[in-house]
Amino acid sequence: ARSNSAIGKALLGLLAKGELSDADWEEVEDVLLGADLGASATTELVDRLRARVAVEGTPTAEQLHDWLHAELLTLVDPSMDRRIAATRVGDRPAVLMVVGVNGTGKTTTVGKLARVLVAQDKKPVLGAADTFRAAAADQLQTWGARVGVPTVRSDKEGADPAAVAFDAVKAGSDQHADVVLIDTAGRLHNKVGLMDELRKVKRVVEKQSPIDECLLVLDATTGQNGMQQARIFSEAVEVTGVVLTKLDGTAKGGIVVLVQRELGVPVKLVGLGEGPDDLAPFDPSAFVDAVLN
Amino acid sequence: MFNTLSDRLTSTFKNLRGKGRLSESDINATIRDIRLALIDADVATPVVREFTGRVRERALGAEVSGALNPAQQVVKIVNEELIAILGGQTRNLQLAKSGPTVIMLAGLQGSGKTTFAGKLARFLRDQGHFPVLVAADLQRPNAVTQLEVVGDRAGVPVFAPERGNIGGHDVVADDVEGTRSYGDPVWVAQAGVAQAKVRQYDVVIVDTAGRLAVDENLMQQARDIRDAIQPDEVLFVIDAMIGQAAIETALAFSEGVDFTGVVLSKLDGDARGGAALSVASVTGRPIMFSSTGEQVKDIEVFHPDRMASRILDMGDVLTLIEQA
Ligand SMILES: Nc1nc2c(ncn2[C@@H]2O[C@H](COP(=O)(O)OP(=O)(O)OP(=O)(O)O)[C@@H](O)[C@H]2O)c(=O)[nH]1
Ligand SMILES: Nc1nc2c(ncn2[C@@H]2O[C@H](COP(=O)(O)OP(=O)(O)OP(=O)(O)O)[C@@H](O)[C@H]2O)c(=O)[nH]1
Ligand SMILES: [Mg+2]
Ligand SMILES: [Mg+2]
Repeated sequence: ARSNSAIGKALLGLLAKGELSDADWEEVEDVLLGADLGASATTELVDRLRARVAVEGTPTAEQLHDWLHAELLTLVDPSMDRRIAATRVGDRPAVLMVVGVNGTGKTTTVGKLARVLVAQDKKPVLGAADTFRAAAADQLQTWGARVGVPTVRSDKEGADPAAVAFDAVKAGSDQHADVVLIDTAGRLHNKVGLMDELRKVKRVVEKQSPIDECLLVLDATTGQNGMQQARIFSEAVEVTGVVLTKLDGTAKGGIVVLVQRELGVPVKLVGLGEGPDDLAPFDPSAFVDAVLN
Repeated sequence: MFNTLSDRLTSTFKNLRGKGRLSESDINATIRDIRLALIDADVATPVVREFTGRVRERALGAEVSGALNPAQQVVKIVNEELIAILGGQTRNLQLAKSGPTVIMLAGLQGSGKTTFAGKLARFLRDQGHFPVLVAADLQRPNAVTQLEVVGDRAGVPVFAPERGNIGGHDVVADDVEGTRSYGDPVWVAQAGVAQAKVRQYDVVIVDTAGRLAVDENLMQQARDIRDAIQPDEVLFVIDAMIGQAAIETALAFSEGVDFTGVVLSKLDGDARGGAALSVASVTGRPIMFSSTGEQVKDIEVFHPDRMASRILDMGDVLTLIEQA
């Protein structure tokens, strides 16, 4: 219930005094900060609310919750197009690539996405362009087998990831697949050499086919560094959407609010577990509810 | 807008220059800057609150120092407090008095456990130990194979009696739960320790599956592993990029497996790593290692002072203060 929300709790009793003190506002701030919304967005939101309170008078806790919900929802922008490009484009398969820092859930997301597509009677092909991390191709192939989808890989450890990606797109095209899903190695955005390698994967794939979707996979537990990740990956490979993983944990994933606001890249999917069915479309209102609860 | 605490404080310093004593409002202004800086560095809000409270108290009672202006004095206090929480001095691994030393790793999914297992094994091997790695993650697809590759790169044997989750077990099943093991990780861990005794390995490093703070079943499994092998160290591996979730996560693992030390991973990134402060301050457990890359050699003993200045992002200001 509403009165049990974090905001509600923060303000319960305080409002009886008739006005909100700085300390009360700090509690409201802490709820937003606690969701990893960051200092600047939080300050901005709270300032707007304070201005509103100055005009409209002290709200009830429920009103304040609703105002905050509305403000946040505006930031998250429900009107954005969050569809995934995963159907054939003319006479070629769509090409989708996942990118992100280490361990966020890229490979798992590819596996789950393949499962969703298979359930929609589409035919995906997986490309194991992570040739670096120990047993990464095996991991992807296990996912492929699990959902009954072929995986293109190199048997050589340390093979050129761009070449594997190229081969996957070629195989997808030969096999009349609907979509080729390319998994890439995790890499920290501050490693110039690794970011160059990623650019090369994109360039080489594009010799054969445009890339229709480039999903940045962000771990919901990520703090303020997520913004930097999004910025640099976007610059390098034109990110078209964000996947927010591990939302089944305690993290709220508020960093994506900043990412959307600053880069205009919509969150498209959320990861809700380690199983094949734990992938869902991003629901702005439910997301905002979770931030405030 | 100022980007770093250094920038903000430099401007605060300007206003305060020449004042002899710390007034309450001077302190409040500086502390507000520090609060924002800590939040930007991902220190969890309850920890920020407690921390700044303590700093304020100390600053109010601080002696006036001839060499430092008031804001510098506050910063000096902040730095000292940070280092104190992060663990004044580094603690070494606790080795078993007899039989093999057993080290268990635990943490969230993708935090860097398996990679760290290889690094730690190599680190100990280089010190003259004979470690063995035990593959007790039977859940994440091909975790066992990954540990085998990691062990190979580290030049350390891997005990892997179960293959774990390989080869599309659930293509046909509709009711598949996401988190389940393909074999018994408790048994694997136990057998690994037994094997080490027979083969005379002196360190056993047990890699476990990633698990969420809120996943009670899996947390129970981790506790069962712990109870079964009675480790000398339980190391909690946490990603330096983690934000506000650090507290709940650390508390859940502290309660779940009662870890004895912390490993901060992916410190080769550019995250400020405020989680280090959150975890150390809510659990009181020392941070023992930094994990700083994907290669087997990328491991360092943790340095509290370096971490303090990384969190504050103000190495230059600290240098100034040290010189004063
Ligand atoms: N609870 C939970 N775990 C997840 C989710 N997505 C992925 N994981 C787990 O997170 C860990 C890392 O996932 P991977 O898919 O290997 O991540 P990755 O980004 O491919 O990692 P690298 O390739 O090493 O950079 C695995 O243990 C996954 O099972 C999710 O939505 N929820
Ligand atoms: N840059 C960098 N990458 C790291 C570091 N430690 C681990 N990684 C990478 O992070 C990803 C996940 O590491 P793992 O060791 O598989 O993590 P894990 O905790 O065992 O993951 P699960 O078993 O799925 O829970 C891999 O891509 C690793 O190469 C580190 O210190 N720096
Ligand atoms: Mg991967
Ligand atoms: Mg692992």
